[in-house]
Amino acid sequence: MYRIQFIIEKEFRQIFRNKVLLRMMLAAPMMQLILLSLAANFEVKDLNIAVVDQDHTTYAQRLTGKFRFIGNFRFVGYLPAYKQAYRELQAGTVDLVMVVPGHFERDLTRDNKAQVQLMVNAIDGSKAGIALGYAQTILRDFNEAIRTEAMGVIPAGRVQIDVENQYWYNPQLDYKTFMVPGILFELLLIVGGMISALNIVREKEIGTQEQLNVTPIRKHEFILGKLTPFVVIGLVQFTMGLILGKLAFNIPVVGSPLLIYGFALLFLILCVGIGLLISTISETQQQAMFAVFFMMVLFILLSGLFSSTENMPQWAQYLNIINPLRYIIEAGRNVMLKGSTLQDMQIQFLSLSGMVIGVLALASFRYRKTV
Amino acid sequence: MDKAVSTDKLTKRFGDFVATNEITFDVAQGEIFGFLGANGAGKTTAIRMLCGLLKPTSGSATIAGFDVYRQTEQIKQVIGYMSQRFSLYEDLTVRENIRFYGGIYGLPKTELRRKADEIIQTLELGTVADKLVASLPLGWKQRLAFSVALVHDPRIVFLDEPTGGVDPITRRQFWDMIYEAANRGTTIFVTTHYMDEAEYCNRVSIMVDGRIKALDTPAAMKQAFGVDSMDGVFQILARGTSTK
Repeated sequence: MYRIQFIIEKEFRQIFRNKVLLRMMLAAPMMQLILLSLAANFEVKDLNIAVVDQDHTTYAQRLTGKFRFIGNFRFVGYLPAYKQAYRELQAGTVDLVMVVPGHFERDLTRDNKAQVQLMVNAIDGSKAGIALGYAQTILRDFNEAIRTEAMGVIPAGRVQIDVENQYWYNPQLDYKTFMVPGILFELLLIVGGMISALNIVREKEIGTQEQLNVTPIRKHEFILGKLTPFVVIGLVQFTMGLILGKLAFNIPVVGSPLLIYGFALLFLILCVGIGLLISTISETQQQAMFAVFFMMVLFILLSGLFSSTENMPQWAQYLNIINPLRYIIEAGRNVMLKGSTLQDMQIQFLSLSGMVIGVLALASFRYRKTV
Repeated sequence: MDKAVSTDKLTKRFGDFVATNEITFDVAQGEIFGFLGANGAGKTTAIRMLCGLLKPTSGSATIAGFDVYRQTEQIKQVIGYMSQRFSLYEDLTVRENIRFYGGIYGLPKTELRRKADEIIQTLELGTVADKLVASLPLGWKQRLAFSVALVHDPRIVFLDEPTGGVDPITRRQFWDMIYEAANRGTTIFVTTHYMDEAEYCNRVSIMVDGRIKALDTPAAMKQAFGVDSMDGVFQILARGTSTK
């Protein structure tokens, strides 16, 4: 165990001497935290809407007016007919076309029912779905208003059930609140996994690894000595991220800080363990870089950070059982935003602990002092 | 046990290729043993097996009495190793390199400081002791690497082409250091491509295509082949197989 301190000391010296890398490790993630948190937003804004009005009545105008003063839509103008509407949709200059047919007002007042047609550009399926949802809400709203005007009161005998949504733990449905904890851990994966893998492979490349292999250094001494500095730096990075999240986005830590640090520590050990494992199968930094990238993109896309996991096919959800990022993001969001306890997060804690043991065992099995 | 190195039919195969083919030799404690051979003759493979970096395919070998199959960790405590590839950390200073390797070998802290001062003084590196190794000339780096390989006072030190790429004066200085270490009782196991260096050795072996073709003192070898330099011996042995 006496030897470990010399390895840790050497690693820290080398890290602090490589000023560029140090700055990258600490500053770049903070920049990413700010940029990604601001940019990653599922809210759909500024949908371009055009209207084909074939009715030219007060009601038709009032309906069009509804779309003109709502933040999510940008009214781009009237179009004379279907043909132009198709062309605009095709050209992508409008996202949504509402066709108000002739006799709209007459049908509405006389038959108590009328139809409008919505045409949505569905190249981006999720955007189209959201746009349609918004439009339907507006139409329903309009419907209600007309009805109330016409009848004076809400017709008796018809029971109205309105669903009122209350969003807990993130009352403003603020995506930043949701994204920051996720991105914080994604960044730990990048720094912890990538830098540690590259660091060890670099020693192979310059030949110092061979020199270390002829010394009586023990496997566990090498592994612990190598990984400790990166875990420490990861924790510093995590602390900076928490502070930045609080200052820039007012993201709280509702739950126990000790618990969130416990999870961060567990996850970091896992990340550097994965880095070590990758370094044992790579001969060059290029190979290591590729392996880390491949794994990271998979982890990130499947993790539910940028899209919800519930909508993924079954096989992807099975794959997610071994995705550490998914567990840590769940734990991070729940502990930070909801104040969940360790008991609530048992599954996440046990899964991550299991992976730590598995990865470290595999890495130390693979790590050889012989060539 | 006064044999520093002892091998019996030591062999390493990589697939169909036999890198080292049943080599058998002994090296006495305190001896300077030259391990010669053309590029690709199997020298580095042999050294790696002796240092415990590579598992032999067959045959047996002991280093300071320790078995190369089972006792690699004990071997590592008593050997020093300096490879063709430069083995110091360029982004650490002279003093930090000595401290790191000394620490890895388990030297106590007071001893580390004493060793560092001693090496820096012997190599006359006082002015650059706190400079990064990257800034030193190659010759200085190699002498430092040799001192670092000896930091834990090993019984045997393996030097794999230690003087590649340096000028004749630096090479001469390097060999002075080798003699000093040998005088203190350290066994020197050295590979080289410079035949003048071979003359400095107590005994040399010449490897050709994975086999040891000759093993004797330089003087006896020159006499046996009827030439007046080690270069002549080497030419006969190496060319003998290449023209067949």
